[in-house]
Amino acid sequence: MGEVRINAAGMPYQILNQRIRALVAGGEKEIILDNVLGQRFIGDGIRGEDVTITVNGVPGGDLAMFMSGPTVIVHGNADHAPGNTMDNGKVVIHGSAGDAVAHSMRGGRVYVRDNIGYRGGINMKQYQEKRPILVVGGYARAFLGEYMAGGLVIVLGIDGVTPVSERGVGSGIHGGEIIVRDSIDPACLGGGAEQKKMTNDQKKAIRPILEDFIRTFTLDPEPILSAEYSRIVPASRRPFANKYTWE
Amino acid sequence: MSIGSTPMKYRVTIDPARCMKCKRCIENCSYGVFREEGDAIHINSRNCVACHRCLAFCPRDAIEIEEKPGDYRSHPVWTREVREAIFNQAKTGKIVLAGMGNAQPYPIIFDQLVLDACQVTNPSIDPLREPMELRTYIGKKPSSLSLRQLDNGEIQLCTKLTPNLQIETPIMIGHMSYGAISLNAQTALAKAASRAGTFMGTGEGGLHESLYPYQDHMIVQVASGRFGVDINYLERGAAIEIKIGQGAKPGIGGHLPGDKVCADISCTRMIPEGSDAISPAPHHDIYSIEDLKQLVRGLKEATEWKKPVFVKIAAVHNSAAIAAGIARSGADAVVIDGFRGGSGATPRVFRDHVGIPVEAAVASVDAKLRQQGIRNEVSIIASGGIRESADVAKIICLGADAVYIGTSALVAMGCRVCGTCYRGTCAWGIATQKPELVARLDPEVNAVQVENLIHGWTLELAELMGAAGINSIESLRGNRDRLRGYMLDEGLLNVLDVKTVGA
Repeated sequence: MGEVRINAAGMPYQILNQRIRALVAGGEKEIILDNVLGQRFIGDGIRGEDVTITVNGVPGGDLAMFMSGPTVIVHGNADHAPGNTMDNGKVVIHGSAGDAVAHSMRGGRVYVRDNIGYRGGINMKQYQEKRPILVVGGYARAFLGEYMAGGLVIVLGIDGVTPVSERGVGSGIHGGEIIVRDSIDPACLGGGAEQKKMTNDQKKAIRPILEDFIRTFTLDPEPILSAEYSRIVPASRRPFANKYTWE
Repeated sequence: MSIGSTPMKYRVTIDPARCMKCKRCIENCSYGVFREEGDAIHINSRNCVACHRCLAFCPRDAIEIEEKPGDYRSHPVWTREVREAIFNQAKTGKIVLAGMGNAQPYPIIFDQLVLDACQVTNPSIDPLREPMELRTYIGKKPSSLSLRQLDNGEIQLCTKLTPNLQIETPIMIGHMSYGAISLNAQTALAKAASRAGTFMGTGEGGLHESLYPYQDHMIVQVASGRFGVDINYLERGAAIEIKIGQGAKPGIGGHLPGDKVCADISCTRMIPEGSDAISPAPHHDIYSIEDLKQLVRGLKEATEWKKPVFVKIAAVHNSAAIAAGIARSGADAVVIDGFRGGSGATPRVFRDHVGIPVEAAVASVDAKLRQQGIRNEVSIIASGGIRESADVAKIICLGADAVYIGTSALVAMGCRVCGTCYRGTCAWGIATQKPELVARLDPEVNAVQVENLIHGWTLELAELMGAAGINSIESLRGNRDRLRGYMLDEGLLNVLDVKTVGA
């Protein structure tokens, strides 16, 4: 089948999502949404690893929430929480995104070319082969990767911007890792997080992810691949273990 | 100077004249109270938690457990509990972790409310002879119906109805996760709920695949940790519940310690074995009532608007205003969990001091929703400290549609309310993941017991209604005229909208 286009101009989100769902159920693989303006929940709960939804415009909150498999490509900015509790698949945002990007995400990838708001990657977790990955080209605001139980967050700070310059990075992190270009001011680290220089082996391990990101957005590979990175990891796997005494 | 040891909490004794040295006490005690030395059974009373497992399995009634055998100097302010908590914290410098519900001797409003019965002027109804309608629908009700007469004379309903849960009795089983309780305990509850025509909650621990056969009677929970939540899980549940708060610990999250995260729990929660399962205090995608609406709708979109979505909050000072927000969020039911609600593990200070009684919260929520003309938008489910059928009847009179029971259902499976669930060594196989202890709980036997309890309460509820001349639960709901307050103060009577006895 070829591609199917929907003109989303003025269309309520429930109708739009019903249309998308029906197309996916009917076996369509390439769905293009034009004139999207604030419609929420695009791709919410849909399945199908070979399905691609292209969003031309600015989608509303919770893009690809609970999504399990498809690829969503946004030509524009996204509102809050794209990839919320996403299970599998890929979200590519050719722009910036709002708060709580990849919140509680458990698998798949979210790529944001520019910047993200507060609480990016918060509460991400991983299990067996499912390891969620959030890559941000520009910078992230405060509370990045808090309470992470697994997964990988990378903030590249392309063009020399500071990856994060606000507080609460990795508060309560007890699994997974946050990788930032160069390093961040230790004052920005949250409780229970520590920053370490990245070794060459560790850098090698993320190289395929960086290359994929570079390809996706047609970026200049040199500054990204040659940069130094730091890892922000849990100081303890059990940050709450010593808080309690039995009655 | 060290604090030294404090008086024992319990003293265990074995009457040598009755003991036949069968050693069942040694086998059954999971806390290490009993041990065999030579010919004798030795006792370490300090390990006892009064779970009564030994007592229940002693064939000769030879064991006695005495509570608080060593007296402190009595004092009305400096109670034993207060002093012991200070000793504990002076030694450790930590937060005191406790189990079960509120242990402070606050007055119980339920016990100061009495129900009505008919005498002469309005005959009471015998449920044996007359049908009693206990079936309850949980979910939105339309504010009006639009009907159309067809050419053939038949009447067609034009109003689009939203999905409701149909329950055969207004008693459901609340959310106790796999992790907090064992899989055998959950299985027993699931079987009981299915057979009784009601529902149970999964808690925030995912849905174990062995429970899939009961999924049509399960409400799947989405809490702040999002454990076990994926699209399959959401689609399996008969309804979805967003847990915002819990009566036993309003305002804080939960931590399942890594040592309880065994292979099966790891699989169901979708986290690595041995890792702590941390549920943050808030949902980090809900920082406002608008965000709550977003999640309610996100869940509905994901499941194609086919399932009711509940929102559970702890009963707190402003429950009524919060519930009004929830009713406008698109949610189908609001669960109000009172400050007597149970927990496997909660800081003592929260368990005992934060939140309000469910009776007052439900009455004020019901009143607020009626005032605003949106009572039909949500059902009200009351939970936290529902101990008997009279509590069910009374809370329905105060405006609830149905109740969740938790501790009562566990007691029906043998729980003695010892309150040490957080230790993970429950001798009854309920609040533990140790295979040898879990195996003690036979899901089938316990399903029958829980079903019996629900059945017994349902019969009593029908009798109470019949005595009041009411033959439908709909006529009991919010029917405050069938309640009177006994020795309640005027302020509380006003909140409950109940008259005093004699009035």
